[in-house]
Amino acid sequence: MSSLDAKSIRNFCIIAHIDHGKSTLADRMLVKTGVVDQRVMRDQYLDRMDIERERGITIKSQAVRMPWTVDGREYTLNMIDTPGHVDFSYEVSRSLAACEGAVLLVDSAQGIEAQTLANLYMALENDLDIIPVLNKIDLPAAQPDKYAEELARLIGGSPDDCLRVSGKTGEGVEELLNGIVRQITPPAGDPDAPARALIFDSVYDTYRGVVTYVRVMDGNLSARERITMMSTKASHELLEIGVIAPEPSPTAGLGVGEVGYLITGVKDVRQSRVGDTVTGLVRPASQALEGYRDPKPMVFSGLYPIDGSDYPGLRDALDKLKLNDAALTYEPETSAALGFGFRCGFLGLLHLEIIRERLEREFGLDLISTAPNVVYEVTMDDGSVHQVTNPSEFPSGKVAAVREPIVRATILAPSQFTGAIMELCQSRRGTMLGMDYLSEDRLELRYTLPLAEIVYDFFDQLKSRTKGYASLDYEPDGTTEADLVKVDILLQGEQVDAFSAIVHKDKAYAYGVLMANRLRKLIPRQQFEVPIQAAIGARVIARENVRALRKDVLAKCYGGDISRKRKLLEKQKEGKKRMKTIGRVEIPQEAFVAALTSDAAD
Amino acid sequence: MLVPFEVYVHVPFCARRCGYCDFNTYVAGPERHAAFVAHAIAEMELAAAELEGTPRASAQSVFFGGGTPTILPVEGLVELLEAVRRTFGVAPGGEVSAEANPDSVDAAYLEGLAAAGFTRVSFGMQSAVPWVLAALDRSHDPARLPDLVADARGAGLDVSVDLIYGTPGETLTDWEASVRAALDLGVDHVSAYALSLEEHTPMARRIRQGLLAPVDADEQAAKYVLADELFSSAGLGWYEISNWARPGHESMHNLGYWTGAEWWGIGPGAHSSLGARRFWNVKSPVAYADRLTGGASPVAGEETLDDAAVSLERIMLRSRTSQGLDLDDLSVEGRRTVPGLIADGLAQQRTGTANAKFVDGIVLTQRGRLLADLVTRTLAGW
Repeated sequence: MSSLDAKSIRNFCIIAHIDHGKSTLADRMLVKTGVVDQRVMRDQYLDRMDIERERGITIKSQAVRMPWTVDGREYTLNMIDTPGHVDFSYEVSRSLAACEGAVLLVDSAQGIEAQTLANLYMALENDLDIIPVLNKIDLPAAQPDKYAEELARLIGGSPDDCLRVSGKTGEGVEELLNGIVRQITPPAGDPDAPARALIFDSVYDTYRGVVTYVRVMDGNLSARERITMMSTKASHELLEIGVIAPEPSPTAGLGVGEVGYLITGVKDVRQSRVGDTVTGLVRPASQALEGYRDPKPMVFSGLYPIDGSDYPGLRDALDKLKLNDAALTYEPETSAALGFGFRCGFLGLLHLEIIRERLEREFGLDLISTAPNVVYEVTMDDGSVHQVTNPSEFPSGKVAAVREPIVRATILAPSQFTGAIMELCQSRRGTMLGMDYLSEDRLELRYTLPLAEIVYDFFDQLKSRTKGYASLDYEPDGTTEADLVKVDILLQGEQVDAFSAIVHKDKAYAYGVLMANRLRKLIPRQQFEVPIQAAIGARVIARENVRALRKDVLAKCYGGDISRKRKLLEKQKEGKKRMKTIGRVEIPQEAFVAALTSDAAD
Repeated sequence: MLVPFEVYVHVPFCARRCGYCDFNTYVAGPERHAAFVAHAIAEMELAAAELEGTPRASAQSVFFGGGTPTILPVEGLVELLEAVRRTFGVAPGGEVSAEANPDSVDAAYLEGLAAAGFTRVSFGMQSAVPWVLAALDRSHDPARLPDLVADARGAGLDVSVDLIYGTPGETLTDWEASVRAALDLGVDHVSAYALSLEEHTPMARRIRQGLLAPVDADEQAAKYVLADELFSSAGLGWYEISNWARPGHESMHNLGYWTGAEWWGIGPGAHSSLGARRFWNVKSPVAYADRLTGGASPVAGEETLDDAAVSLERIMLRSRTSQGLDLDDLSVEGRRTVPGLIADGLAQQRTGTANAKFVDGIVLTQRGRLLADLVTRTLAGW
């Protein structure tokens, strides 16, 4: 049984934007508190995945326990690292719920960004104690005074309350650790109540099965005890319980306020979901902790192996990734154009990109993905309702109404870009909710936007129109009815399922023209003319032609030409293997890839 | 029955290089020309020694190509032909051809060839339109051709002319003028080749730089159709994609390439084909000379084709000819594509000579000839 006094515990997280130096600061704290030896320190100690380290982002949460002494008293600090991207905001909210305080870390050369602001609001809603910290004060471009003002305006208090640190040099880190002890409230739970522990992360480990990260709210959990997951009612034996310091070390148990890990031998993170409450089997709690939510995919895309024989490999890879990702969904799908693949559901675009990148990198797969789309709810005249996750499954017949998901978006940017941002949001069917000045020259704009408009290339457009200065955050805000139609692309009258799209009526023509034109340039000429049509139902809205190929022959063929030509043909045979056939039209795989990649080349 | 056998002699010299040409040819002085004759004869002697003991037909044809074979004095060509007779043997009634540049020969030269046993000459006419000739860097005067053709025929030679279509800037009217001019010469054989733009040629560079119009394949197709129609109505039928002749005047040598003859290629860069074996000589005339001076074979590389490659080669070559392709030459998958090719107007049925009711092969249509590579890929079952 753990006998740690809850009064000596401080649970905190660090809220920061990508690149604002969270990992470097965390590394610095690990060294300062002595849990990691300076010599074995590697950059971004806590980020386990290669992708995390390379992109400088955190995908999964982490928790590490650090001892720290203030005024002769020993304290235990639990740092809970949170994901830094809007796709994972639910995970962020659970991490925040596991803490009493948050370090709000802001780059003193850049100021606060939209995601940080969103997370800050979330922390404030959770009544966390906020410690504002300006990082990178060693940079020549640092303007700590300016951004201290900005932070004071956001969270109240005086600019002087902002701590100033440098993760790089270590300056101010000791003061920050002291501040955490002094300013953050110790955990307050009932040690005698039935156990309740909040799951804030769950990670699959090949050797140990699922490792579940928890924060004990009430009561305590001990090794070998049987526990119950309150959402699923499933019960397991605690094979191991312990703390991370920073390597996992087993303990006899975890008491109120403590942060640690559980191992039950389950093999799938779906059995140990973020946000769920762990309680004891013998003396269960009557009420689960608030805020549990099933992860719901928001964005869908078809993933197909470029080489059809990789299909079983793709299935195995998805099965493996699923063990570690409760939000990933997939089901088999067949496309005439792309062959066998999976329709996958993701939390958002970054989630999609990460999964795709991991499939390609860790499993050596070559993939094509179809344009991402959202979930539509289609109501027919006969009253039947369909959930559409794949445009090619959009029901035909009399459609009464289509609803699409919308989001509330927050954009922070220097005020000189206001016009460009408003223009972009306008063109993406956005409705302005309001705007505020954060400081003299920085603005917060709030919009309602269809999610479908964001998943396309909104973020890229936003970045390019604001020279990279704008930051974006959004959260789901229900659904709304919209004037949406399905545009099909037909080759020689045959529908190419991979190119069907659900778009707003006003944009249907532009999409049709764009795709028809793009395909005209990509489809090699065939021995017959290939009409390319874009159509809404039976109505053709755009048309292009790939003219028939008239000449495909080498004029001269004597002596040495013969071997040369035979080798050329043999090479073409290789290319032919990668052809897909739609009706009678042969299309190289690369053409599909190119057409599905929204290059600015049009 | 022995497989037909042919000899090709490559003369790797020209008076100047033309901008579109990537053939293995060089500009060199007369002393190198003379040395070449000696080295080519040495190669023939090595080849004959190698072939000794294998039952083999004597050559049904000998072809002197280049480069410009007629850059050699007529005695040089005659000496080479004599050496071919001595080493490989030439069958009685065998065809002996030389390519000739219109500005490199005269009546006496042509008479010299005929007297030595040459039976056929092929003039590099290319075009009748002066500025098209200029674009091709051809220096001859097109007005000389009627006299030359008359001289050649007077000497008893069968005459062919070569034409090129699709030169950047050439109009359909220009091309028609060239076709008609060739027909007006009264020749019995014409070869017409689409200009094929070879990388690393000055012409390709000028097109890349935007100094010349790009070669348009659709326009070349239209020119092919025009030529095919004009030649046919003048009595010259196509017998290979780029070759037309009055019946009985086909080039035996070239038909051999497409219908499975074996051949030995003499000279720098020349290719040879014996059974499934393919081998080729060093390209550079200097390296070629060095090898033979040292008594070594000039062969630079070789390969032996597997069954699939032999079969592909057969489909690819036979489908080019008006004799067509036997259904027996095709795999099961290949035969399955035949009805589709016929339905698409790319091929037509060929009936057997023994039984006219029995379809035993296919011949490409005009449209099919223009898409012969596509047809070959289809017939190969890909």
